[in-house]
Amino acid sequence: MTTHTTAPGTPETPDTPDSNAPAATGLIGLPATVGRALATGGGALAVVSAFLAWTWTAEFPGDLTVYGYPGGLQVLVLIGGLFTTLFGLASYGVKGLKVLTPGNADSALKLAALGTFATAWYTVIAISAKLGGVVNLEPGGYLVALATLVALLGALALPFQRPEPDPADPDDTGWEAFRHRARQKRANFKAAFAAEPPAPGRTLPAWAEILVITGVMALGLLVFTYGIGTEYDELFIGFLLTAGFGFAALAKAGLVARISAITTRHRTVTMTGAFVAAAAFPFTQSDDQYATIGVYILIFATVALGLNIVVGLAGLLDLGYVAFLGVGAYTAALVSGSPSSPLHVHWPFWASALLGAVVAMIFGVLIGAPTLRLRGDYLAIVTLGFGEIFRITVLNMDGTSGPDVTNGSNGISSIPNLNILGFDFGQEHQLLGTTIGRFANYFLLMLLITLVVVVVFRRSSDSRIGRAWIAIREDETAALAMGINGFRVKLIAFALGACLAGLAGSVQAHVTYTVTPEQYQFAHVVPPNSAFLLAAVVLGGMGTISGPLVGASLLYLIPAKLQFLGDYQLFAFGVALVLLMRFRPEGLIPNRRRQLEFHEDTAAPAVLSKAGA
Amino acid sequence: MTALLEVEDLRVAYGKIEAVKGISFKVEAGQVVTLIGTNGAGKTTTLRTLSGLLKPVGGQIRFNGRSLKKVPAHQVVSLGLAHSPEGRHIFPRMTIEDNLRLGAFLRNDKPGIEKDIQRAYDLFPILGERRKQAAGTLSGGEQQMLAMGRALMSQPQLLMLDEPSMGLSPIMMQKIMATIAELKASGTTILLVEQNAQAALSLADQGHVMEVGSIVLSGTGRDLLTDESVRKAYLGED
Repeated sequence: MTTHTTAPGTPETPDTPDSNAPAATGLIGLPATVGRALATGGGALAVVSAFLAWTWTAEFPGDLTVYGYPGGLQVLVLIGGLFTTLFGLASYGVKGLKVLTPGNADSALKLAALGTFATAWYTVIAISAKLGGVVNLEPGGYLVALATLVALLGALALPFQRPEPDPADPDDTGWEAFRHRARQKRANFKAAFAAEPPAPGRTLPAWAEILVITGVMALGLLVFTYGIGTEYDELFIGFLLTAGFGFAALAKAGLVARISAITTRHRTVTMTGAFVAAAAFPFTQSDDQYATIGVYILIFATVALGLNIVVGLAGLLDLGYVAFLGVGAYTAALVSGSPSSPLHVHWPFWASALLGAVVAMIFGVLIGAPTLRLRGDYLAIVTLGFGEIFRITVLNMDGTSGPDVTNGSNGISSIPNLNILGFDFGQEHQLLGTTIGRFANYFLLMLLITLVVVVVFRRSSDSRIGRAWIAIREDETAALAMGINGFRVKLIAFALGACLAGLAGSVQAHVTYTVTPEQYQFAHVVPPNSAFLLAAVVLGGMGTISGPLVGASLLYLIPAKLQFLGDYQLFAFGVALVLLMRFRPEGLIPNRRRQLEFHEDTAAPAVLSKAGA
Repeated sequence: MTALLEVEDLRVAYGKIEAVKGISFKVEAGQVVTLIGTNGAGKTTTLRTLSGLLKPVGGQIRFNGRSLKKVPAHQVVSLGLAHSPEGRHIFPRMTIEDNLRLGAFLRNDKPGIEKDIQRAYDLFPILGERRKQAAGTLSGGEQQMLAMGRALMSQPQLLMLDEPSMGLSPIMMQKIMATIAELKASGTTILLVEQNAQAALSLADQGHVMEVGSIVLSGTGRDLLTDESVRKAYLGED
């Protein structure tokens, strides 16, 4: 795909900067009408080819040998082709499809075509590589490669508004001129996919908007269930490609903005809907295999959301946050009635969860009180240290190098399953005609905890204390001048974050059967750990609710699904984070309210001149 | 002895370097008092000490008869002393309205806050027009208006303005000075720190000229404006 970055964009001529407004042309020199027809037709052809056989043997996973019934990666290409065709038709102005593209139909078409191309070619190349050569492709395979290529080329031929060329300095050295041209090319390439935010749509009746939200939630559940259920590496990569480009295409089409406008109007409905959709997840599963992943994602995501209070709202960089999860887990494990706990007590869940949260909060205050007087990097260093101190202390309290409390590196094992009001979490239950296994039970319990954290996050960020956090984060001096007690406000954020992590930890102890010190390291291959928690927050979007949830899901699913990453996992995440910070520093899901503040009537020059008069 | 603010022999140091070397002045209720002087004279240091951001090494500060020496910065506001800091320090990524609301952080009377927000919009109509816009998108002068409006939101008995005209266009500066005059007319007590001596002195009831940490000359605004040495040193005449 990257080869197209160097496609012949009209090179600006530095000597004639007065050359009139650049004509609207595409990245590829084809007439726009031809391009549009190719893109739409190519999309339709890709849909058709998904029903053909792509290879002759079922050795490639997903069985792509059947005519008339798409399987595995073919389904993804089918969806991509469908989107391409629909956006293509919408760009023709077909009545009824206009509603799909309140934003920029052309940009949406380009991204849809690009996504379909990427998925299809990835599949074809994967087949050839795995089976040893292109001879293993059936006509369907060639057809889909051709169709998606044609669609992509056609889409790239669509005209777009080129940015004003920046005249080159004639005194530039060769290198400077080269850099200038490269910059120009990049700007052009970016403009090819640019889309204005759509004009605000008319408000639908409330029931229709709620229906839309329901649909979106159902779709979200479907996508998530599909992603978590992908059975082999190739399908998961295809899923990531299709989902990623699909989301980008929807964003360019303006649908994402539309839907987020609707969800903002009905926040409670949205939250309830998301909760119901998540609760429906175990009921879509026939066994406990993926509920396991689900419950670990939830634990990870909940703790990340708690960390988002500390990092995203209050702006305190905490590198030892996982210690609070550990405090909660160890506390709950000690009173769980586990035979390896020195305290031979068996508390009910509500009491141990409460205790876990309170003890974690006390630790939060104890650690926060001396450290929160530091700013920025210093706080990060000290919290990193405290995180490790927790782990090493727990490691040493084994009866030989310290008091016998935590069993050292063996940890507290055989933690009994929870039993709430006679509901045994270790047993399978029949609920609504579905068998709900052990992990699904915990998934539903953990979801309740997630809900608690979401509500706490939302209430606090909208409150007086939330405003104070943001003020402290933005400008501590000014916040002090407003009468905000910076230290107290930061300590509250720290303690609240610790408390929520402790609550999650008290469930985690039961889910994992065993708590050991190395579960709570700074960096480790398995999330959650402090580095991954922070990565989930930053990747997802600081200061938002959905950001850490999405970030945590991705950070958990990707290593769980892509076994071949193996030892390179941490390296891959490092690279991914660097790229993300370079190209999308606000995270995948930026803080909507803050974005609105940035983009609402920024262009108001008339008002400016009035002020001067 | 009924002055709102009394400063006696105030000394402030950064490490070993004494930036304010024992200054004394008073601000009576309803007055506009100005501290003028060049860069590094200690004006901003004085204001930051009054609002608790810096700790004095010696001397006395009494506000309403109460010593401010041991009061932390965030509590000074609740005593009725508002500080509009140098360089404005608005919250750039919050809306104008949220900035104003933060100014009223310590207040609990909702109707009163709404009324005062409206008053800020009346005082600075441009802020009202852009109330939902991020404060960082405002021009320098507009940000200064916001900083002043925000400081007023705490209903202070004394408003301290640190170089409100810094970095502004002449037109904008005139507008800010006109607003200060308006505030004065409405009975607000103001302690104004300025480098623009001409503008500050023509507003002020009392003026103090600072040089390297000391007050070298005091008088009414009008007296100082006509004072030979002031004209030479600060008004660019010879």
